[in-house]
Amino acid sequence: MKDILTFALVMSTIRLATPLILAALGGMFSERSGVINIALEGKMLAGAFTAAAVTYAADEKLHLGNASPWVGLLAAILAGLFIAAIYAVTCIHYKADQVVSGAAINILMLGIPGFLSGAFFLSSGSTPQLPKEHLIPLTPIVIAFAMVFVSWYVLYRTPFGLRLRSVGEKPEAADAAGVSVNQIRYAGVLIAGVLAGIGGAYLSIGQSSLFTRNMTAGRGFIALAALIFGKWRPIQTMLACLLFGFTEAISIQMQGAVKLPSGEDIPVQFIQMVPYVLTIIVLAGFIGSSRPPKALGIPYQKEK
Amino acid sequence: MKLLRELLFPLIAVIAAFIVGGILILLVGDNPIVAYRLLLGSALSWPDGIGYTLFHATPLIFTGLAVLVGFRCGLFNIGAEGQLYVAAFATAWVGITFANLSPWLLVPMCCLAAIFVGAFWAAIPGVLKARFGSHEVINTIMLNFIAIALVSYFTQYHYKVPGDPILQTAPIGYGAHIARLGKFIPGLPQRIPLNLAFLLALLSCLLVYLFLWRTKWGYEIRATGSNPSAAEYGGISIRKQIVLAMAVSGALAGMVGINDVMGYHYRYYDGFSDQYGFTGIAVALLGRNHPVGVILAALLFAVLQHGGIYVDGFSEHVTKDIVQVLQGIIILFVAAEAFFRHVSNRLGLKQSAKV
Repeated sequence: MKDILTFALVMSTIRLATPLILAALGGMFSERSGVINIALEGKMLAGAFTAAAVTYAADEKLHLGNASPWVGLLAAILAGLFIAAIYAVTCIHYKADQVVSGAAINILMLGIPGFLSGAFFLSSGSTPQLPKEHLIPLTPIVIAFAMVFVSWYVLYRTPFGLRLRSVGEKPEAADAAGVSVNQIRYAGVLIAGVLAGIGGAYLSIGQSSLFTRNMTAGRGFIALAALIFGKWRPIQTMLACLLFGFTEAISIQMQGAVKLPSGEDIPVQFIQMVPYVLTIIVLAGFIGSSRPPKALGIPYQKEK
Repeated sequence: MKLLRELLFPLIAVIAAFIVGGILILLVGDNPIVAYRLLLGSALSWPDGIGYTLFHATPLIFTGLAVLVGFRCGLFNIGAEGQLYVAAFATAWVGITFANLSPWLLVPMCCLAAIFVGAFWAAIPGVLKARFGSHEVINTIMLNFIAIALVSYFTQYHYKVPGDPILQTAPIGYGAHIARLGKFIPGLPQRIPLNLAFLLALLSCLLVYLFLWRTKWGYEIRATGSNPSAAEYGGISIRKQIVLAMAVSGALAGMVGINDVMGYHYRYYDGFSDQYGFTGIAVALLGRNHPVGVILAALLFAVLQHGGIYVDGFSEHVTKDIVQVLQGIIILFVAAEAFFRHVSNRLGLKQSAKV
């Protein structure tokens, strides 16, 4: 009995860590290129809503059957890309404040899904239930963990990764070496959109079978926390996501309160706080130092 | 002329957002004019429309001012949401614990609890930035979640009336209630929760103005915000300014607790904030980081918030979510000011667009 419980906990941890890993890796590409990404939450919401809505439409209206969740996933990627493109244009081209635009995207994406589902499904912010056989519970998990290693390889073993890192650290030097700073940053932000979109899609058509209002419930911010906790590196970020997924798995499993061996309860709220408290501690440099890319948050102004 | 320029960009941003929103409404098959009439028109009726609009504007003025003070010091306080939650809980705690005191004592005590606890919670990221250089944006986001979990724990485990299905504390003592404005204004029924906190919000605007532009501390905060290295060279301790500005910012956000706990719910009600802290960002930006601008922007968003209920009830496809959509687009446009400069330059409006 005890073994099954542990196995269930491990599986639940992996499932809960999956959307975090996808979004956090996306955030890594963006932040490593020098663009802050507090808009991960909004991009995940866009992905989650689009995936569920398009899967439903593909199923009901186009009768695509088993292909419908794949259409939904593709649409979620496009939605993430679209939102990322808006973000990229305002931050990179028009040099808007990255935190302000990120906050704007998040607020916008709290509204858009409700607005659209009210119009198309006459509901108050959720999409209709999808049949169980039209979900993709496994693929995003595989993508997430594969992406950890792909990201590591891209970041540290390819010319693109080198350029991305140099643009985030010292854009002037990269520029002088003939790298287009803005082009690399566009790429970073758009990759973030794709991955956060998949992460969102997993929430609505992988883990559950519909989109509900504010479904991400702060996961975009937990992903951001994991990215910082993982010191902007792929493997460490994955480990941070697993840790944060584990804290969530425990609080779900224990339904309210975790029993200590001494018989006392730890209220679930304290377990929920763990990722956030850890992030503050690590950012302050108490557990090793977590240093953000040097040019993070600074729009690049080419010298004339 | 200067005033005109200050007003021009926010106005363009709002109009542009309404145009984009109108296109979205058209796309989902509704009439934008009908929807906008519901959204904006309902706020003008007396007493309900005006009363509720001013009530909704109250927390937004507080959070708008909170974000403004941060911005003026070069800090981005995304944590007003968490600050107002801990402050509201502290207000209720004082109101419950000392329920039998006379109003002359209890009202000031509750107000001070809101102000100081809000200031304390915001000072944490201030100290972390001043001492360790960690980014206040990340820390305020993290502290939002911690605040919400913390007060939800205290409410659920320690201050709830046993058996109450709603996550809220026991009621505060009558001595902690503040009057609703209906008591003083003929024709305004007391069921409308507009209360004295609204006047406190207006007073806060004046105080923030005097603090930032007429005191030495305010000057140092603004100097730090506009050019930190020059300020430091001039003998200003940047670290001190960061902590001070965050504390003042948090105190302002905390005053939302006065409005909600002492003037509306008369208890701490979990999840009472309708994204006030985040809307405060929009309010401060649209108000161009000036107290008068904050009042105007807060009124606009309050009108939308009140109108949202009518849109939900009376239009076929459009839901109250349109309010958040508009808000998001407005901030995006305000943020990308350069975009409008580009457009207006193309249109040959160079003179008027120079902001």
